[in-house]
Amino acid sequence: MDKEMEEIEKTFETKELTVSLGPQHPATHGVLRLVLDLDGETVVKCTPYVGYLHRGVEKLGENRTYFAALPLSDRLDYISSMNNNVGYVNAVEKLFGIEAPERARYIRTMVAEMGRISSHIIWLGTHVLDIGATTPFLHAMAQRERLLDLFEELCGARLTVSYPRVGGVRNDISQEFLDALYQFVLEFPSHMDDYETLVTENRIWKDRTVGIGVISAEEAINWGLTGGTLRGSGVDYDVRKYFPYDAYDKVDFEVPVGRNGDCYDRYLVRVGEMRQANRIMKQCIENLPAGPVMADAPKLTLPPKDLVLKDMEHLIHQFILITKGPTIPEGEVYVGTEVPKGELGFYFVSDGTGKPYRMRVRAPSFVHASVLPRLSEGGLIADVIANIGTIDIVLGECDR
Amino acid sequence: MGLITEVGSAALVEVEEGTKIMSPNIIITSFDKLINWGRSSSLWPMTFGLACCAIEMMATYASHNDLDRMGIIPRGSPRQSDFMFIAGTVTKKMSQVVRRVYDQMPEPRYVISVGSCANSGGIFNTYSTVQGCDTFLPVDVYIPGCPPRPEAFIEGIIRLQEKIKAEHFHWSRWR
Repeated sequence: MDKEMEEIEKTFETKELTVSLGPQHPATHGVLRLVLDLDGETVVKCTPYVGYLHRGVEKLGENRTYFAALPLSDRLDYISSMNNNVGYVNAVEKLFGIEAPERARYIRTMVAEMGRISSHIIWLGTHVLDIGATTPFLHAMAQRERLLDLFEELCGARLTVSYPRVGGVRNDISQEFLDALYQFVLEFPSHMDDYETLVTENRIWKDRTVGIGVISAEEAINWGLTGGTLRGSGVDYDVRKYFPYDAYDKVDFEVPVGRNGDCYDRYLVRVGEMRQANRIMKQCIENLPAGPVMADAPKLTLPPKDLVLKDMEHLIHQFILITKGPTIPEGEVYVGTEVPKGELGFYFVSDGTGKPYRMRVRAPSFVHASVLPRLSEGGLIADVIANIGTIDIVLGECDR
Repeated sequence: MGLITEVGSAALVEVEEGTKIMSPNIIITSFDKLINWGRSSSLWPMTFGLACCAIEMMATYASHNDLDRMGIIPRGSPRQSDFMFIAGTVTKKMSQVVRRVYDQMPEPRYVISVGSCANSGGIFNTYSTVQGCDTFLPVDVYIPGCPPRPEAFIEGIIRLQEKIKAEHFHWSRWR
């Protein structure tokens, strides 16, 4: 056999081939570009190029008041806007030194878990679609549409919601919304069973993911991975458990953890997370306390719109807060929250004016994109696609 | 253009305004209309998501809204596609790639600009963002929204179909 190979190599000259995967490629989840050096089917070197969606979000945030920069956080990780909003308002609230009321914290927890499910549904659909299965994508998107309808009922927007506000949430939720969400919560586990029947024990799926993109727990921590990508390697780090925010310390949930650190374990972790998110939503609906949904801090939070239109004092507050911004203490603050992709951190430096001196976003997708060469080099070119899917990146957040 | 199903009727049948046909099983139409009907009924878009709008584009393709029923099947290669959604923010770094993908598409080709960012730059009036993809591409249909709803996507496609149906000889001599 070796003789044959030598003969072939003598006859045909072989050399490494450099191909560009992306930025226009159906499986790159946006505009990621990978330059692959290939020796036949084997990836010798993989170099990610980012920046194709750099929109200057951090710079824009420095030129807007704390209230007006909230819609920018929607468009970071546009699949789970709600979670980004929750992270943003938590950071700003810590900077302002105010706390949202109990009911608002429960509502935020609930809608953040809705966002987590809708994001993981997109991840599941596109990941299996890239590897070759169309059916789970269509099944999953049907359920996602129900969640988006609920978002629309909640705040009028399907995708870019901007529902949580600094100091609480925009408006209280209705009983109809709670009923519809409870119906979804009751039905969702059976839909999860459907997806798992299609995928989990599927032989092709296991062939494509088991033992692919293996990363050990120690390495995963050293690379700075967070979220499901880290937990697939067996580390039980979850911001919701270790540094609880909103109402996560009052609900009961487990953190699914993998063992082998391959694509298949990361899949199992995220599927487990969807079931846990469903549990959290159920507990939030059942234990939702009564009370106001905005903090009582008129100098630091936007007044309700109906009072602005009727009352002079609220109108003045609104005018000052929108044009000049609130007066807040100097200092800096970092708050990390658990978004579907990993740990999303907002870091603010305040110089006492209504606009942040520096707004920095710690984006999990950027860190996860950097680990792609480590996962892909030495593997086959087809496994690169599986690796892109499994680290679950969104380029809007990665490039900012 | 129209079809007659009633066999044996000798009378003139008006199948469309101003078009009368005499005997059954004959279709009379203009060549333009036939070609345009075919072209507008199986539009194949380029699968090319840039940012947030691409997620709503996926939702439009998927089960709930189902663009397949309009003969729309996303293609992975620009060489097989008829039109392209510019779905999302076009940055300066990306604009060259978008233009190159557009140039690779066979004529006749169309562009639908989706969302505020692609239409005008939207809220991202920064150093890195192109203020509207019509600065470097000929755009046929603009869909407003941030991001547009799936219904808006479908409306945009219907507008493009109307535009194609109204064309004369553009299928042979492209701009």
